[in-house]
Amino acid sequence: MDTKKMAIIATKGTLDWAYPPFILASTAAALGYETQIFFTFYGLQLVRKDLSVLKVSPLGNPGMPMKMPFGPKWFKSINWNMPNAIQAIIPGYESVATALMKQTISNNGVATIPELRELCQEAEVKFLACQMTVELFGFSHSDFIDGLEYGGAATFFEFAGETDICLFI
Amino acid sequence: MNFDKELDARGLNCPLPILRAKKALAEVTSGQVLKILSTDPGSVKDFAAFAKQTGNELLSTAEAGGEFTFFMKKK
Repeated sequence: MDTKKMAIIATKGTLDWAYPPFILASTAAALGYETQIFFTFYGLQLVRKDLSVLKVSPLGNPGMPMKMPFGPKWFKSINWNMPNAIQAIIPGYESVATALMKQTISNNGVATIPELRELCQEAEVKFLACQMTVELFGFSHSDFIDGLEYGGAATFFEFAGETDICLFI
Repeated sequence: MNFDKELDARGLNCPLPILRAKKALAEVTSGQVLKILSTDPGSVKDFAAFAKQTGNELLSTAEAGGEFTFFMKKK
């Protein structure tokens, strides 16, 4: 039987959107898929050496529940969503939301992004970074982890064209 | 049931139980049995799907008090 293959295009650079590509890629690898992730545009943030740049923003994100990760059950179930105009003028709102999200992640036994990324690398998921975006955003290769390959759309299609599953995230 | 290795994945959430199981299976030989403990309700379907796709045999699934126990035989 031929090995199954999966390719993912990761385009988002926030803490919440870092999960789908790494969860799916690590699981695919565990199921025996040969897997590749193409990191492009904001997705490049997911392969930075410093992952503390990943934040989550409730601003303009009506689907995101804002619940406290501590306190009694009735307190945890309160939804603290507030109007965008108010969120926008509170300094540090994103940082606080990110800290609360990380606490919620830990409370639920969900892996951290550094952990999932490492699991992907251990499982030999191939990471391809978009060279055009590296230049567009003024990054240098030293901003990123080792083991990346740099290439463009044509390089991505070389693998993607042979895959069973191809996802844009 | 007899087993050769035990994996405690209690408290972990998707996809960690599967990833840890994959690692643990790499440490036993063909025909040996891995016992897995989990508290993730999603892991019931996930381990069945994992077994189906990898060819490892899921010998049994049991639930008691919110805890799940799986026995999986390595291909």
